Amino acid sequence: MAAEMIEKWSGEVNEVLIGATKTEGGSRANVIKIGGQKTLPFLFPEAQIKNQPQIAYEVWDTAPLDWPKALSDVYGKVFSNPFAWAEKCVKEYKAQVLCLRLQSAHPESGNKTPEEAAKFVSQLLKIVDVPLIIIGCGDDPKDNLIMPAVSLAAKGERCLLGSAVQDNYKTLVASVLADGHNIIAESPIDINIAKQLNILISDMSLPLERIVINPTIGALGYGLEYAYSIMERARLAGLAGDKSVASPFICFVGQETWKTKESTITQKEMPGWGNELDRGIAWEVLTATALIQSGADIIVMRHPIAAEKIKKYISELMVG
Amino acid sequence: MFIVGELINGMFKDIARAIIDKNKSIVQKYAIEQIQFGADALDICLGPASKDPIVDMPWLVESIQEVTDKMLVLDSSRPKVIEAGLAVAKNPTMINSVTADQDKLEILVPLAKKFNSKLIGIAISQKGIPQNKDQRLELAAAIVSSCIEQDFSIQDLYLDPIVMPVNVAQTQILDILESIKEFKIISQPSPKTILGLSNVSQGACSRNLINRTFLTMALAFGLDAAILDPKDRDLIDAAITSELILNKQIYCDSFLDAYRKK
Repeated sequence: MAAEMIEKWSGEVNEVLIGATKTEGGSRANVIKIGGQKTLPFLFPEAQIKNQPQIAYEVWDTAPLDWPKALSDVYGKVFSNPFAWAEKCVKEYKAQVLCLRLQSAHPESGNKTPEEAAKFVSQLLKIVDVPLIIIGCGDDPKDNLIMPAVSLAAKGERCLLGSAVQDNYKTLVASVLADGHNIIAESPIDINIAKQLNILISDMSLPLERIVINPTIGALGYGLEYAYSIMERARLAGLAGDKSVASPFICFVGQETWKTKESTITQKEMPGWGNELDRGIAWEVLTATALIQSGADIIVMRHPIAAEKIKKYISELMVG
Repeated sequence: MFIVGELINGMFKDIARAIIDKNKSIVQKYAIEQIQFGADALDICLGPASKDPIVDMPWLVESIQEVTDKMLVLDSSRPKVIEAGLAVAKNPTMINSVTADQDKLEILVPLAKKFNSKLIGIAISQKGIPQNKDQRLELAAAIVSSCIEQDFSIQDLYLDPIVMPVNVAQTQILDILESIKEFKIISQPSPKTILGLSNVSQGACSRNLINRTFLTMALAFGLDAAILDPKDRDLIDAAITSELILNKQIYCDSFLDAYRKK
């Protein structure tokens, strides 16, 4: 029998806490903890796995225009009411954390003001009591206006705010520092930029323990292996003691999955591919499982059936 | 690379004076400075200044661990002096050093085990300094086998091929570098390797340049640790960059700062 190789790592993944309860100055019912691992994913013989990967349900503040039928069949009735959408995820799907996208602030998609975005977040915080991940609309100049207002509106709730990128991070870091949140540092599937961005952010006095890396991923068939290898390399370096890349990962699996042709083309268009709903769910599940194996700590998902399957997958792996 | 700061040494006037006057603050200043410059551990050597090493070593250890919890590398040829230091050490420790002589190995390996200390094994014996690679390997192998026999963890053993000054033994320097690589394959798991870097430029001109170049080359041969002057910024920058070239650190534009933040 081959001898079992047990590695003793000198480093560990930074532990990040998302959400603050009343006693901690917030109003969340629960706090989720991610990171803290002292070994590779699910390698229980080497070390204890402190925190399990978390599933965040994606909620938009406006009806998404490009979500396929498989998703609109589920969320169609609540698309126009983000509060009901968020409640549905928490009550019906038992979401422990939500990922809110402030799409309606985008100059080409509603152009809502910072005040409107802040008001929306304040209201949402009253309606649901799970921790929040809040990301902007993706337009840098506009995000630099709305995110400080949103950060202030959620002050003390220890949210995870995104996304800081190499060319635009200072405004968000300053807000996160002032209002006690965590930050998403996003890099374009590039380990060198991921590391550099973490250094730049920590140079502004935000501790590395408050950074979550979005390595940018591709769905199955769209660069998944590349994202996997980048995450694996960062995790190995982090465990070997390089604190600047020892951050937990957030992966936007739903966003990447539900824009692939494999998850959206109908059976009518491609009879050989079978039922599109099953196919789309399978695509989201397979993308998520691979990334969980490479070290993903938060998986942002869209289809509740896919999320449910991943929840089961994680709980089975956590048995050890 | 594991950096052992070399500046707390009774060969230096400030430290010699501090040992004689029992002036803690000077020693503590040297300790803190070296750590700020990136030292992972501190070598503690009394040198000729100490009239009573058995008393002075514990005093140094206690003075330094008041200001840091970094590893202390107790540097003496006398096991009793090392033991006196280990007895009061709260910080992690390393013994510097044991030679390949059986009588020394039988004293210092048990001492390292007793105090849960790491150990530097130096490829030298009573017969003298090795003259070539084969002799170095033979001496290193004797140290490794003694450690295995005495059930000392090889991962806690740091082998030093003994560095000679380039102006004295120029023909040996390449042998010394190659020894670093060969030491790693003596056993599985591998022992670690360490150098007393400044020796290579003893008595020579352009010492910093020689040290820096030699360290860069030694790292390419697989060196794990070095005893050196961490305040030599160019030297540390060269070491960090070597690790980058060797793919031991992930590149980023601020790679020097990133390493120092570790």
